Amino acid sequence: MSNLTINTKDQFEFTFSKEAEKEIILILKKYPPKRKASAVMPLLDLAQREAGGWLPITALEAVAQKVGLAYMRVLEIASFYTMYNLNPVGKWHLQICGTTPCWLRGSDDILKAIYDTLQIKPNETSKNGDFTLTPVECLGACVNAPILQVNDDFYEDLDYDTTKKLIESLKKGTKPNVGSTKNRKSDPENGATVLLSIKGKKNA
Amino acid sequence: MIKLTVDDKEIEVEEGCTVLQACEMAGVEIPRFCYHDRLSIAGNCRMCLVEVKPGPPKPQASCALPATNGQIISTNSKMVRDARKGVMEFLLINHPLDCPICDQGGECDLQDQAMSFGSDKTRFLENKRAVEEKSMGPLIKTNMTRCIHCTRCVRFSTEVAGVNDLGALGRGESMEITTYLEKSIDSELSACVIDLCPVGALTSKPYAFNARPWELSHTETVDVMDAIGSNIRVDTKGNQVLRVLPRLNEDINEEWISDKTRYAIDGLKNQRLDKPYVRNENGSLEEADWDTAFNKIKDNIDKIKPNEIACLLGDLVDVEAAYVAKVLFQKLNVDNIDCRIDGAEIGEHGRAGYIFNSQINGIDEADALLIFGSNPRLEAPVLNARIRKRYLQGNFPISLIGENNNLTYPVNYLGSKSIDIEKLRDKKNIVYKTLMDAERPMIIVGMGALTDDSSQALFYELRELAEVFGVIKKDWNGFNVLHTSAGRTGALDVGCLPSKKGLSAKQIFSESENSSLSFIWLIGVDNKEVLNLKKPFVVYQGHHGDVGAHVADVILPGAAYTEKNCTYVNTEGRPQLLKQAVFPPGEAKEDWKILRAFSDYVNCKLPFDSLDTLREKIYSDFPHFEDTDIIKKSKLSKFGRKGKINDFEMKSPITNFYKTCSISRASETMSLCNEKLNGKIAAE
Repeated sequence: MSNLTINTKDQFEFTFSKEAEKEIILILKKYPPKRKASAVMPLLDLAQREAGGWLPITALEAVAQKVGLAYMRVLEIASFYTMYNLNPVGKWHLQICGTTPCWLRGSDDILKAIYDTLQIKPNETSKNGDFTLTPVECLGACVNAPILQVNDDFYEDLDYDTTKKLIESLKKGTKPNVGSTKNRKSDPENGATVLLSIKGKKNA
Repeated sequence: MIKLTVDDKEIEVEEGCTVLQACEMAGVEIPRFCYHDRLSIAGNCRMCLVEVKPGPPKPQASCALPATNGQIISTNSKMVRDARKGVMEFLLINHPLDCPICDQGGECDLQDQAMSFGSDKTRFLENKRAVEEKSMGPLIKTNMTRCIHCTRCVRFSTEVAGVNDLGALGRGESMEITTYLEKSIDSELSACVIDLCPVGALTSKPYAFNARPWELSHTETVDVMDAIGSNIRVDTKGNQVLRVLPRLNEDINEEWISDKTRYAIDGLKNQRLDKPYVRNENGSLEEADWDTAFNKIKDNIDKIKPNEIACLLGDLVDVEAAYVAKVLFQKLNVDNIDCRIDGAEIGEHGRAGYIFNSQINGIDEADALLIFGSNPRLEAPVLNARIRKRYLQGNFPISLIGENNNLTYPVNYLGSKSIDIEKLRDKKNIVYKTLMDAERPMIIVGMGALTDDSSQALFYELRELAEVFGVIKKDWNGFNVLHTSAGRTGALDVGCLPSKKGLSAKQIFSESENSSLSFIWLIGVDNKEVLNLKKPFVVYQGHHGDVGAHVADVILPGAAYTEKNCTYVNTEGRPQLLKQAVFPPGEAKEDWKILRAFSDYVNCKLPFDSLDTLREKIYSDFPHFEDTDIIKKSKLSKFGRKGKINDFEMKSPITNFYKTCSISRASETMSLCNEKLNGKIAAE
């Protein structure tokens, strides 16, 4: 996690688009005028989407001006949360969960599949700049582990082959259906094994 | 009041206290890193753990725990000792073992507390983390691997200094303290973070690898870089001043000092005058002995009448020198003596007309403020921090007429011109309302307003307005003059002003070409106007080869503020004693001794031969000097003269904070700050 190194070479002029400006007004309405600094998190998210998946310093400063915070305070926030990127990411930002449940259920295979198809390791971006792989901690979908997050969406129940298929279709620019590749809801894979005595709980 | 027990001792503390403060009052010292009296509570170092009953069966951080009735606190139980040992072990996980090459060694909180509360061995065998050094400007040396993330520096810069330059990036193990995009900290108090840092992460750059704390001799004295008279400790090794640290004084500087106070000291080594010099027939200065120099002056004085003689006293002149100068030149029947070398129109109408009447701690009690013709951030950074502190407590509207600079707090701005004073009479103006509504309103008048020809009229109008707003009441006098030079109040106190027939400094500088003046004695006068003095014979007495020495015909080497026992009066009118830390270089002598020695040559021998007999004389003439550190309350009389106010821009006399006196101009560190921080070169 080297979110701290401030990227200096890819900076560009940042301004909010007209739609974003409208959105900002809506967001700021949610907070009392004296507490508008609280809007910094949603505004950073908005700015990140506007700037192409990451936050250049210019965007941080634009947000700081909107919410009346010092630049340093906004930078602190942006560097604290892993969901804000201070460095450019590819068109497809792959976030691989490596926390224990995902790891036990085969997250290493996903890493291998990504390496085999894209030749990138964690914290690297593919040569054409389309894919960035970031290792993250628990994404909160352990029931359908292992998980790969692609931009805003979760792909669950992945293994080596399904990951390869997913990457191939992303390469072509099409996004497969999100969610479990096994069409599973949040149930145990082979049916319930505990709490069987509870009334109404039948084996699936 | 709250009753609680600390280690079997029952004590009573005030409501709102924390457990840590209660323990302090009970005389128990609680180890801490992040907690600091003058900063907000962070509670992140976990070193101050104590056991509190009733409460959860685990140790609690005493700095962030309010004291309540009936608490039973143990600070030395097994649970507490183990908890502290554990915290210490965690803190030391990533702290390098480089005490032998660390400048904090010997005065390091972490070192001391590891000795008292830590374990004697480490169980940590993994790799330690390393953090890149940060660039924080020419004063602060960083070694961020040593940082334990107490965030004192971040809180100081945000809360006290009022600049949001420092912050903590990242989280968890990868957290790092840094400045925004590695810029220098844009504050006049920035180096205070060095004192606050409990480890060796932020240390002093100019002092790096100079000395160990146990090699230094300490002298408790007072600063002269601004008119506040901050209390300082001068650390010396041999005959060299190595560093200056703040000394606690709640009434003046609390525990802060400005960067200039701390770092101008290397100017004490450069460009010093260490021998008398006399200008020869070729027009160049030649080394001489005291006798030759004095005889040369005597020859020139003997030829002329008293009204052709003038004496000017500079910004760094101590009370003793000012008094002796006044007595000597009075004996010589000289009328032209003045200490107001910047042309300030003050001092003629009683003491309350030129001091900071409410005292600096009066800022804490005030509930509205008008700053008039002053830029306190540059003129007195410590005082400005006090204003900011009061502002943060809320309910303190601040208005400003003068230069519109960032003072680190918001102001109601009325303009920069002298005639903007009329707006204060405008009943519709918000400023009028805030000052009228205030119980204890305060006015701070700066030299920017007082150096114009029509300043007397301006001063008169301000005095009238002070009556209107109730600035002067039975138990409250909020009419304050903020000086920019350390010696001014003292020199005014002993009456270094021209007599009725005499010329003021302003007249001497502007009319020296046409006037009958043919002899001028300058004591530490180094402002630019001195260069106008081409015609008269000039004696320069002082410690630095600055502007004054360039025009001099005779130079008499004096002692700087660390080299003499003397008295200075700060802007509040508080006499404070300075103690000698080192000896003056070469043949340099205290200013009063030079004048006393010279008095023999002109046959008016002065009746004091030692500092003691001199002070006895001063105390009998001016009894208020006897009680050092105590301010004699002065009644506010009428002052100023009714008249027309000129329309002029009120500019603070200080445009460059780092170069204000002969000492700071000779300082290399201050030159570096000037380049880096005043924007000539972009930050590293």
